Amino acid sequence: MAKLPQSIDALIDTYGPHLNFTPAGGWLNEAQHAPDTLVKTHCCFCGQQCGIQLKVRDNTVIGFEPWEDFPFNHGMLCPKGVKRYLQGGHRDRLLDPLMRTDQGFEKTSWDTALSFTARRLRELQDRHGKDAVAVYGGASLTTEKAYLMGKFARVALGTRHIDYNGRLCMVSAGTAYKPAFGADRSPIPWSDIPKAQVLLVVGANVAECAPITTSYIWKCRDQGGKLIVVDPRMTPITRNADLYLPVRPGTDLVLLMGMLNVILSEGLEDRAFIEAHTSGFDAVAADVAAYDLRSVAEHTGVPPEAIEKAARMFAGADRAIALHARGLEHHSKGVENCSALINLCLATGHLGHEGSGCAMITGQGNGQGGREHGQKCDQLPGQRSISDPEGRAHVAKVWGIAPEEIPQAGYSAVEIMEAIHRGEIKGLLSICFNPLVSLPDATFTREALEKLEFFGVIDFFLSETAQHADVVLAGSLQEEEEGVVCSAEGRVIHIQQAVTPPGNARVDSRIICDLAEHLGKKTFFPYTHPREIFDELREASRGGIADYYGITYERIDREQGVFWPCPSADHPGTPRLFEGGVSMHPDGKCRFLQTPWRESGDPVDADFPIYLTTGRVVSQYLSGTQTRRIGGLVEQCPEPFVEIHPRLAGSLNIVPGDWITVTTRRTEITLQASIVKTIRPDTVFIPYHWPGGRSANRLTHRTLDPRSKIPEFKVSACRLAKAARPLSTSSAWGWGPTRTKES
Amino acid sequence: MSEREFYIDPSRCIGCKSCMQACEECDTHRGHSMINFDFIDRPETIATAAYVCFHCEDPTCAQVCPADAIKKGLDGIVQSALEPRCIGCSNCVVACPFGIPKMKVAEEQMMKCDMCYDRTSVGKKPMCATVCPSQALTFAAPADIARDRRETPTNVFYFGEQKVVTKVFMMVPEGVEAVSVDVVDYMWEERAWL
Repeated sequence: MAKLPQSIDALIDTYGPHLNFTPAGGWLNEAQHAPDTLVKTHCCFCGQQCGIQLKVRDNTVIGFEPWEDFPFNHGMLCPKGVKRYLQGGHRDRLLDPLMRTDQGFEKTSWDTALSFTARRLRELQDRHGKDAVAVYGGASLTTEKAYLMGKFARVALGTRHIDYNGRLCMVSAGTAYKPAFGADRSPIPWSDIPKAQVLLVVGANVAECAPITTSYIWKCRDQGGKLIVVDPRMTPITRNADLYLPVRPGTDLVLLMGMLNVILSEGLEDRAFIEAHTSGFDAVAADVAAYDLRSVAEHTGVPPEAIEKAARMFAGADRAIALHARGLEHHSKGVENCSALINLCLATGHLGHEGSGCAMITGQGNGQGGREHGQKCDQLPGQRSISDPEGRAHVAKVWGIAPEEIPQAGYSAVEIMEAIHRGEIKGLLSICFNPLVSLPDATFTREALEKLEFFGVIDFFLSETAQHADVVLAGSLQEEEEGVVCSAEGRVIHIQQAVTPPGNARVDSRIICDLAEHLGKKTFFPYTHPREIFDELREASRGGIADYYGITYERIDREQGVFWPCPSADHPGTPRLFEGGVSMHPDGKCRFLQTPWRESGDPVDADFPIYLTTGRVVSQYLSGTQTRRIGGLVEQCPEPFVEIHPRLAGSLNIVPGDWITVTTRRTEITLQASIVKTIRPDTVFIPYHWPGGRSANRLTHRTLDPRSKIPEFKVSACRLAKAARPLSTSSAWGWGPTRTKES
Repeated sequence: MSEREFYIDPSRCIGCKSCMQACEECDTHRGHSMINFDFIDRPETIATAAYVCFHCEDPTCAQVCPADAIKKGLDGIVQSALEPRCIGCSNCVVACPFGIPKMKVAEEQMMKCDMCYDRTSVGKKPMCATVCPSQALTFAAPADIARDRRETPTNVFYFGEQKVVTKVFMMVPEGVEAVSVDVVDYMWEERAWL
């Protein structure tokens, strides 16, 4: 059913991506007319959630002005933040609901689109059971929308299968932090970062993926702090590293265990902290004995003296912070990797005081808030486990249903796609997710989408995934609906509605509520404004881990954000968690967790001898649905490339600009070589923001961490060969031609 | 806030080009970025540098202009070539020791950084220094720079025998030893692994 209704070229001609270089009305027109209003809100992209003011005129966002008073970024913005406003008035914007026909997508009425969607979902459920349909959400949604999606799946549809694209982002960290500390949130506010004496940055391309955090790291250096960077690539922050550890992809765990072994062997641990505030130390201490320096060096490719030095620097500091991101987490052992880093902090007492701790650098805009209130397959609002009877009873009461009516945990994001592929799930409703670009093994994803008997999408642009839809419900951009998000540092902030959706597009929450009405569940979705959803969410989170009960829109505006937990109106919020080393577990202890080694799901061998790792560039965001439509950002990095060390390139007679076919056990893609000394010679890197023949995720594999269910994006095995330049046509490039310029 | 000065610290630059994207949003030259940006040598290093016009006390660009089109204001800001006077000869582009001026062929006019006089005159920072995520471009009070930064500022440059004193400051690192930028030099494996 869900095969493309038209050729890819025809779809792109109509729906883009087209490039927008200039603001609505043109450069000069805007300069001649002052905006009607400046709206203080936040960036729509990464987890930093920088404050920004949007210039609005005639209900269109026409530009931006830095918001220097917002305490996180003081007006600073990365290029994505600067140019995000160019989504306003974009020609690709979906202005009406669309229904697929044999001739392509056709505009339809809301009533027709909603009735059709509800009828098809119900038909599939009546025929194949409730769980035959699944819901995909996303971490760019406001927390209100994320909450609504969770409730919609469980109450309106009654399916247990709802998950979200944060499954590709934060889940390994969350799955490690929750058992260690009792909560899934970065323990520190970012204002702690400059106060550390040592920063250990593991698998985090801060400069490109969380650019504003760079200023915090540089401030730390200005005050004498030392920077240790662990990464197979010298990312831009490495230029000022005091120590650089070029870890072999997939061996972070070994390195961290090796560091802990050095610390314990030399008696550098903080015995008082371990005894007063932790449990489980002895088992971990016994495990690290196997990680002798020589073996660790051989395994990780990091010199023994550098490992020793890093361990001594980190343990020797009074205040040290370990920052990590997807480089540590996108592994078949992503949870163990994070636990090993937490163990390092616990063993050295670096937790719960100013300038000390560990922090996950959340990648997605509402990566934190989007996972706290119910669109994760195994959680209910407030970070409550869906299998916890008390949590179920509390949420069921708020929702006005019986606890047993709440389905149990469903499949995670990749597992949902696999269930679609094998025919178990037959219908899908998706919002804020472009799995065809972002899930691993894209060929498999496309096959799965083509098997769907019904596929409904809510989106503002026609993403590569949405091209496969039966019905597309024209939704809203971030600046078109009010709500809250929670930033990487745990600060709940207020997204303002700057404009209303153009044409016949509608705000997302209304679409969901209308759909619930068409499913006969209106009484559970009576909301007319996001504030009503937020107030219900506050109640639903009350008493949970991520307790938002004391947070209101007004408080956020007055206090420039409120850090959860905030259980009551007079509670100040909690910028630093686990103060004094006291966790949120009932016994107040932090837990050392054992971290058994597990091989990569796609190991290198004689046929595939090179490591492939994937990641982002600074000018693009996630699957590119938004940023591949913004001219200035596309010009900054028009095409993906394959980064190769000159030593590896030389062995294959590759010179800069050569076209290289990269082959993994899935398939192959052909890209141009970028020959740089800033990557390990046994590793190549490809950024993943593009679709079709340029999609890095055609090469990646579906191995998941068994607990967090995160895919192992950071390690695949590949081989390289010189190739002819591919024809720049859609047939040669898979799905989607290369486009860099738009007239 | 007029006591604030402009500081450039290439060692902080992460190459994100936010300055370039934001510069073209400025009202006095919308659609044109006046930032000069270099990947120093991408095959060899991740180092990048973004810089603005240094606004020389005795601007070389003005000295060599045959049309007397380049003026320095009382505020020390060296402006883009005056449109009615500029003959598009590119003398300034060739002569500037910092390589700052850009010839806009379509406009037949030399354009360059004007330090956002429209913003600074109303107490705001220049756009690039406001958005720069690494604060490689900074607009701040000298006392704050002295207190907060490990590098120290200078505004005296020598180009051969030419001494140039500028309004904009460059941050100079403390004695830095030679730094290798080849990952291989940090690795453990036998060097001849391939």
